[in-house]
Amino acid sequence: MAKAQKLVQWEPNDVKDKLLAKYPPKVARKRAKQIMINEALENTTPTIEANVRTIPGIITMRGCTYAGCKGVIMGPTSDIVNLVHGPIGCSFYAWLTRRNQTDAINDSNANFITYAMSTDMQDSDIIFGGEKKLAAAIQEAYDLFHPKAIAIFATCPVGLIGDDIHAVAKRMKEQFGDCNVFAFSCEGYKGVSQSAGHHIANNQVFTHVVGKSETEKTDKYKINLLGEYNIGGDGFEIDRILEKCGIKNISTFSGNATYDKFASANQADLSCVMCHRSINYVADMLETKYGIPWIKVNFIGAEATAKSLRKIAQYFGEKELIDRVEAVIAEEMPAVKAAQAEVYPRTNGKTAMLFVGGSRAHHYQELFNEMGMKTLSAGYEFGHRDDYEGRHVIPTLKVDADSRNIEEIEVEPDPVLYKPRKSAEEIAALVKDGLEFKDYEGLNPAMEKGTLIIDDLNQYEAEKLVELMKPDLFCAGIKEKFSIQKLGVPMKQLHSYDSGGPYAGFQGAVNFYREIDRLVNSKVWSYMKAPWQENPELSATYVWE
Amino acid sequence: MLLRHTPQEITERKALMINPAKTCQPIGAMYAALGIKGCLPHSHGSQGCCAYHRSTLTRHYKEPISAATSSFTEGASVFGGQANLLQAIDNIFTVYEPEVIAVHTTCLSETIGDDLPQIFDKAIKEKKVPEGKTLIGAPTPSYVGSHVTGFSNMVKAMANLAAPGGKKNGKINIIPGWVEPSDMEEIKKIAAMVGVDINMFPDTSGVLNGPLTGEYKMFPEAGTPVADIKDSGNALGTLALGEWCSADAARLLDTKCKVPCSVLDMPFGLKATDRFVDALRTVAGTSVPDEIMVERGKLVDMISDMHQYFYGKKVALVGDPDQLIAMTEFLVSIDMMPIHIVTGTPGKRLEERIMEITAGMGRPVNVRAKGDMFLLHQWIKNEPVDLLIGNTYCKYIARDEDVPYVRWGFPILDRQGHQHFPTVGYKGGLRLLEQILGVLLDRKDRDDPESKFELVL
Repeated sequence: MAKAQKLVQWEPNDVKDKLLAKYPPKVARKRAKQIMINEALENTTPTIEANVRTIPGIITMRGCTYAGCKGVIMGPTSDIVNLVHGPIGCSFYAWLTRRNQTDAINDSNANFITYAMSTDMQDSDIIFGGEKKLAAAIQEAYDLFHPKAIAIFATCPVGLIGDDIHAVAKRMKEQFGDCNVFAFSCEGYKGVSQSAGHHIANNQVFTHVVGKSETEKTDKYKINLLGEYNIGGDGFEIDRILEKCGIKNISTFSGNATYDKFASANQADLSCVMCHRSINYVADMLETKYGIPWIKVNFIGAEATAKSLRKIAQYFGEKELIDRVEAVIAEEMPAVKAAQAEVYPRTNGKTAMLFVGGSRAHHYQELFNEMGMKTLSAGYEFGHRDDYEGRHVIPTLKVDADSRNIEEIEVEPDPVLYKPRKSAEEIAALVKDGLEFKDYEGLNPAMEKGTLIIDDLNQYEAEKLVELMKPDLFCAGIKEKFSIQKLGVPMKQLHSYDSGGPYAGFQGAVNFYREIDRLVNSKVWSYMKAPWQENPELSATYVWE
Repeated sequence: MLLRHTPQEITERKALMINPAKTCQPIGAMYAALGIKGCLPHSHGSQGCCAYHRSTLTRHYKEPISAATSSFTEGASVFGGQANLLQAIDNIFTVYEPEVIAVHTTCLSETIGDDLPQIFDKAIKEKKVPEGKTLIGAPTPSYVGSHVTGFSNMVKAMANLAAPGGKKNGKINIIPGWVEPSDMEEIKKIAAMVGVDINMFPDTSGVLNGPLTGEYKMFPEAGTPVADIKDSGNALGTLALGEWCSADAARLLDTKCKVPCSVLDMPFGLKATDRFVDALRTVAGTSVPDEIMVERGKLVDMISDMHQYFYGKKVALVGDPDQLIAMTEFLVSIDMMPIHIVTGTPGKRLEERIMEITAGMGRPVNVRAKGDMFLLHQWIKNEPVDLLIGNTYCKYIARDEDVPYVRWGFPILDRQGHQHFPTVGYKGGLRLLEQILGVLLDRKDRDDPESKFELVL
């Protein structure tokens, strides 16, 4: 790698040119479309290329479809047996490596999060097919655990050898009678990233689980929280706040979720979407099939949390709830403000870069704003153009060849359960009062003019950015963490939170302020040079006392 | 309880693996390749594998792990990944400039039957490989063996770089097997003390335990240079440490370049280290110096000093075959009783070796190759143990069953030290004993009634 050079006053165009300079021409052309200099415009944002295939050999941060389906969406549920059909690796690597916490650990409910289950395919299974082994494994899991549901996940070879996992699942489900068995064709090579796996998971959960609950939820203000995975206990903190406001979250997709919570999602009166990328499909389908509107919320950042709570209260429109929400905000804010005031002098004016999966690169800018920190550059691993530019571009999106085979399912209004929660007039009135439905304006408008927005950032670009722009803090994942820190720049993981958290909600904001203060002001960054490196010239001899 | 669905009653499972005591081949190949100087490992498959393997190694070492991937799409999965790999080779040499690209495969490229040598030929013909740079490759199908197999396959691919017919270099090859960077350093140190000129590959010391200086080098000045690996064909002999990890490469050097080899156990514990030092002394015709005798004596001294705490204690062990064999022998040699032993890696030979080593204990021992941690946990429920040794995943069993626990093996995701402090050799034996004693005596201090709580132990 080149020696560090500092651009005293970096120009976004210069930086972009320097990022592209080393690439073979074809790669440079492609990357040029995925590196965008932001022009914060009122109603439209410049286009960026996203959700396209990864460049081979570029050292991407991306993972695969299986990771998006099993690891992200289904992994956090406690009482569903997740059975991976494939060689052992995929199951092993998704075993307790995402920090989606559950409180099923503390009660008598089923909790399978601590188990990794696999058919451990061998070469003979590749040659003769693995369906028999899969059926036997499902039977063994059923006999051992008697779960409510067994979910099966395909891995790369499964699609190639033609195992029909859905047929096996259907057969076993009929055989058991008291255990729902369903399958996900989330082979790692599908699509171009984790994103395809989200979509596949959304479709199957919606088809096989949602609406299947027998228990009626009778709470007054019922919502679904979609796209919150309870990393480091984020979901616990959000639930604490909602509870305090008298809002009942009946179904989280999918942090600390259970089979029954998924199954009763159709009973909520509002869906609140946190991570738009991973779960907007379910949000849309809940609306189409059951008449539940959805709004975009964000519980990352104290101000954003307050805003989201007010949105929910506004939707329900009842004074008791609106007052309750205001009271809760008033009660929670002083502690937040105190922590903010404490760190602000030490964080104000510092700069950050954020390159995280498909939503946090946007959400976390709220927290940095609250600390007076400026985001110089941000981007997603696997966001789509709507996550960057806003949902208004969806009609213009073209599905390319690499993602064409991801199933799109058509849902119809349910003949029995469809019930519009709000009349067209009520919705129109709410919109007039500033509540936006089914909308997400994306990352780009949230960022300042002249900032760099980069899709599918790779190792080379990450190092180059740090070298050129010298941020005070770099946020990404475990694979990036230590190379960035070797450069002497503090690095915060925004996937795993570096074993910290929660960072959502009010208490989460306090945790985050303190954590970032700790990180950017740690003494360790001043120890990189030894005293004899600081002053290498011998100007005097040592004088013994 | 974290694992409350694990029943005490054992039912044999034929199809379902739960909580594996192994992972898949490519991660082993990736780790091995990082022991070559200036090498970028490359995963020829869909990118999820590479992300997972890098993440696991990174969590284990708290160090950057660079590796590239062919990033298969569905199209490539049907029509073959040649175009992806050719593009990757070009991009890697242009952007990252490694000396070597070490390609391994995944279940995806193996199932479709991509032919690495043919793709390499094409890459060279198309001038995608700059002058003086090296491509090596190993097939590492995830549905065969385990991560250990993948490690072995990549080390074998390294050995395959050696060509016969050169001038003898007077060195001894050491193939250290899947041990930590700290262990590789220790092995080099022992060889230097015995006065043996060695050529060791792979060597991850200095690659995966590097300093923080404000500068990041993707390819640090460490690892075994390709020239040395090629030169291994001219050595006097090869010491392969660990049958599973190192024997294939050593035997290849023997058949291909007529370098005689000897397969030893990994040098964990007193006796295996004795055999390693003895072998070094014999092949090099040197005598063992006093400082090694002193190190050895310290280990024997500690065994004798603390023997009462080891004596008769029951141990459960989980890990990889080569490590398990040496560790079991070490525990038996200090009069502990390893009674439940599991690896996920297939190989009947492991069960035989463990039976031989534990034969003198005069009691039955549970041992299972191709087992899993669910089974190990059930064994522990049926016959509790005083100590559990294994990777980080054991902490769930340790907590549920309240068993003193030493982290050892791969991966260790929640503690530090393995990359800096060896567990091989006499020095490593001292460290292992220190760790074992620490957890046993901490437990005693925790559980003794106050009237029996003692200052001196």
